[in-house]
Amino acid sequence: MERLKSNRAGKWLVQNPIWGFIVIIFVFFSLSNEYFFDMRNFQNILVQTSTIGLIALGMTLVMINGNIDLSVGAVVALAASLMVDIQSWEAFSGWGNWQMLPALLAALAAGTALGALNGIIVWKTGVDAFIVTLGAMLGVRGLVFIYTEEQSFFAMNFTFSDIGMSSVGPVPSLAVLFLIATVAVHILLSRTVHGRNTYAVGGNREAAVNAGIRVGPHMVVNFMIVGFFAALAGVTLSSQMGASTPNLGREYELWVITAVVLGGTKLTGGAGSIIGTFGGVLAIGILRNGMNLMQVPAFYVLVILGSILIAVLFLDKQLTRKGAEALKT
Amino acid sequence: MAETRLKQLGGIVARQGILIAFALFLVGFAVFSESFSSTENLTSVVRQSAIIGVMAIGVTVVVISGNLDLSVGSMLSFATVMVVDLHDKIGPGPAMLVMLVAVLCLGCLNGFLVGMLRLNSLIVTLGMLSAIQGLTLIYSGGQNVDIADQEGTWFALFGRGEILGIAAPIVMFAVLAVVMQVVMSSTAYGRRVYAVGGNPTASVFSGIRRSRVVFSTYVISAFCVGLAAIILGSRVMGSQNNVGQGYELLVLAGVILGGTSLLGGSGTILKTVIGVLILGFIQNGLLLLGFAYYVQWLVTWVVIILAVWLDVAAKRGRLFSPIA
Repeated sequence: MERLKSNRAGKWLVQNPIWGFIVIIFVFFSLSNEYFFDMRNFQNILVQTSTIGLIALGMTLVMINGNIDLSVGAVVALAASLMVDIQSWEAFSGWGNWQMLPALLAALAAGTALGALNGIIVWKTGVDAFIVTLGAMLGVRGLVFIYTEEQSFFAMNFTFSDIGMSSVGPVPSLAVLFLIATVAVHILLSRTVHGRNTYAVGGNREAAVNAGIRVGPHMVVNFMIVGFFAALAGVTLSSQMGASTPNLGREYELWVITAVVLGGTKLTGGAGSIIGTFGGVLAIGILRNGMNLMQVPAFYVLVILGSILIAVLFLDKQLTRKGAEALKT
Repeated sequence: MAETRLKQLGGIVARQGILIAFALFLVGFAVFSESFSSTENLTSVVRQSAIIGVMAIGVTVVVISGNLDLSVGSMLSFATVMVVDLHDKIGPGPAMLVMLVAVLCLGCLNGFLVGMLRLNSLIVTLGMLSAIQGLTLIYSGGQNVDIADQEGTWFALFGRGEILGIAAPIVMFAVLAVVMQVVMSSTAYGRRVYAVGGNPTASVFSGIRRSRVVFSTYVISAFCVGLAAIILGSRVMGSQNNVGQGYELLVLAGVILGGTSLLGGSGTILKTVIGVLILGFIQNGLLLLGFAYYVQWLVTWVVIILAVWLDVAAKRGRLFSPIA
């Protein structure tokens, strides 16, 4: 343990155990299944994880702030419905492929606005974000059902679903989008004032206030970011399917939180990183894909994922406790 | 003088806000819908609220001790599938017994992880939510289950029958609520649960075994889920694998509406009962007024936030948070 910590790479691994885990499952699936180690399969994994991954990027910021957003799954459904419905409106029928633009803008604006609403309520009322977004999770789902009247929408313009399938060189477009977003949020979190404030607010809110950070507006911005990414995920998901359903995105909040926590972000706030979250997202993606290829029934995947989440929590607690003791002596 | 009295009045309004809102809702629905205030309708609302209510009583105990239980929805699916499936194989009595033992084991596992290992309850029960969902599907092989002889079995009593002229789910809900209210407010055990939730460190220094208390709250929560599964299974006489999906949030909404703080240490069973009934009456009233069933979700959103806001504002002494 001591020697491991003296080594820089080893130290990094202790702080980000998820990457060690990824290497293990990657080697395991590569050896045990002939179809896993394949370029096309890797592309698949990236596309499959991009939906959860995009939301997880925003959720990481909100959770480092010490808040949480449970409404992301409902926002996914709302954005998907707006995206697919608005592009087929009469008003835009002469616009050719540009008819997707107002739909895209409306979807992203709706997600960002709902994020802002959540953030402002958390800021102004002082009600816990868990409760505020729990309410929003129900309420936004209600909005989706009112808007769609329980209908599914299908995209008439096939260019829309082609975008979801397209590739930039060897890499699928959706994977490219996810990777770019990951790098962007990583830079935002690690290299900007807003990023430093995110850690400061989550680590010690009193101190952050005393240091002159406007905590309220800061939190609203992070809620807007997660709302934006949830809406973007809704757009990419509907593009993959060429359709939207009002029940889309149910339980996504659970998967996203699982990915973020696997990545080492603390629920209490103040700690976490985008590299960790990216690892958490990949871990879930590789596990689902690998077990799928090995024809493990989906039922067992649920049990295994739940157990891994609890195991990671346990391991993390052991590791941090050891770290704290080392500090004292 | 007059000003202080006004302030006191404001405090009372804020503190009892949820009761006042409840009364306003009832009056409003009664005015606008003739069938709302009929006895049959009112009892049917209470009967339908019984399943969420029974689960919410258990979750309230967990929340008072300062933790969360998000696994109750999955657990309800698991328990209902199990009791319905076993009913035809080993008979109603043994089926209920086996199901209760299985559910209590899950509760013990929750309790062990949160109580003994001190892991974060939100994440643990989130993991259990997913794991138990998987367990349910493994148990049933993905098939829906139902009871063959729906008329002849005495198992029908719990969901469809009457006890002393009152619908059985209402009786079970009421008895459980009264018993748990007494346990929480008038026994040493109840005081320990409040102490653990209110100030964990102080409770340990006063000799309370915190791990055991937390452990026990999850066992109670699991037991309540078992009771809810009996009511649900008996009413439907069958079960889908995802029957309890999303219940954890409705249950939590009821608990929060009742004014129980998620920070722990406060709240009562009776308030939770009121919270659950408010949800039930909102749902019923909106349906009777001709709104689609999903409009209630929108209304619930507003009601939850207003209720908790009032509660927080009353404790803070000002409406808006002072955060810059």
